[in-house]
Amino acid sequence: MDLGSAAAVSLAVRVIPCLDVDGGRVVKGVNFTGLRDAGDPVELAHRYDEEGADELVFLDITASSGERETTYDMVRRTADQVFIPLTVGGGVRSVGDFDRLLRAGADKVSLSTAAVMGPELIDEAALQFGSQCVVLSVDTRRGPGTASGFEVTTHGGREGTGRDTLAWVREAVDRGVGEILLNSMDADGTRDGFDLELIRAVRGCVDVPIIASGGAGRAEHAVPAVEAGADAVLAASIFHFGDVTIAEVKDALAAAGLPVRPPAARAPR
Amino acid sequence: MAVVVLDYGSGNLRSAQRALERAGATVEVTADPEAVMAADGLVVPGVGAFAACMSGLTAVNAPNLIGRRLAGGLPVLGICVGMQVLFDAGVEHGVETPGLGEWPGTVERLQAEVLPHMGWNTVTPPEDSLMFEGVRDEYFYFVHSYGVLDWTLPVSERMSAPRVTWTDYGTPFVSAVENGPLWATQFHPEKSGDAGARVLRNWLATLG
Repeated sequence: MDLGSAAAVSLAVRVIPCLDVDGGRVVKGVNFTGLRDAGDPVELAHRYDEEGADELVFLDITASSGERETTYDMVRRTADQVFIPLTVGGGVRSVGDFDRLLRAGADKVSLSTAAVMGPELIDEAALQFGSQCVVLSVDTRRGPGTASGFEVTTHGGREGTGRDTLAWVREAVDRGVGEILLNSMDADGTRDGFDLELIRAVRGCVDVPIIASGGAGRAEHAVPAVEAGADAVLAASIFHFGDVTIAEVKDALAAAGLPVRPPAARAPR
Repeated sequence: MAVVVLDYGSGNLRSAQRALERAGATVEVTADPEAVMAADGLVVPGVGAFAACMSGLTAVNAPNLIGRRLAGGLPVLGICVGMQVLFDAGVEHGVETPGLGEWPGTVERLQAEVLPHMGWNTVTPPEDSLMFEGVRDEYFYFVHSYGVLDWTLPVSERMSAPRVTWTDYGTPFVSAVENGPLWATQFHPEKSGDAGARVLRNWLATLG
């Protein structure tokens, strides 16, 4: 079964910062030194690109649908200046939303609550745009009443659904999802490390890439997450507050013998 | 340098446009036949399914336009599925779809445990590569589940051999080709940071 994994070892483990945006502005204190505007997504994206981020995730938490245009504009401005992959999620409810984000310059779009409510959105998006740009964001927590013990939640983890997480990710992959952003609500905010049990369980039932999210507190936490089956690790606050840098995470991965893309040596902008 | 990014469906064409502009080109995103033929360089992007890309290309008469450009020695750069469609055929979900047939070979499912092949990987170009001139030990961004596992174009004394670049993911696959006016990459140079920008500049330098 170990189909030439030695040959696959050159694919780098991705290290991904996640930025929460509201009305086209980054929220939840980003604490880099030397930023002219800590709320400017373009400046932050540049900064993370320079630090060696392999990809960027924007999570749009804009409450008012009337302000969605600010999101498209933000994606446009970012994609115009930062040439690494960009995933945008949050509030995507239709193929039309999906199309607007791709045309604005997103490479991938993540679906969450809307896909749980109407899974055919996955089929439609995968058919029209290809599985490679359809990401399923799963917020999951432990709870009774599901076969695996992991329950899908919606609305940013606030509402339980009674759905089994493993059954849901299997269905989503069958419907055409090309990647899973796996967020453990139990580990989220603990800074005790990624939810290895959850990662192993999901790795055991799907063969698309998994981005581990929730629980990162130290650079070394990335290593067991990858060993458990994650292809990428995502974090927000530890990067934003400068507690841990992208380079430190990559150093920890490299020290464990895992492939990483070294940050490019480049002249200051 | 005037470059046309061929617009034949939805998807993220903006990044390709902007990355080419950053590399020094003047870029128009269009499927207008006159613009396609007049451009110094034509970029054929592509995401999603092989069959869907082929029908999108056919709908804008791209197979003929690409063929005419190549017959006249005018540069064409295929990216991702825009590279895959240059081969004889693609097989997805057991269905074989004819490609443009510029190169022999079939696009088939990669043999790896995790698919799509998504993320940054290295390339092994031939020593005389123009595409990767100035690029050493760099990573490029890939996102695909299918690829060309066998390069079958025979070498002849009467034509210069194509330069074929390989990448390993489970098994080796073709990650780039330089063949006269026709170049192609399986990775996305427009999303591959500074290394990708160098590849685009190297391509623009061939547009003469």
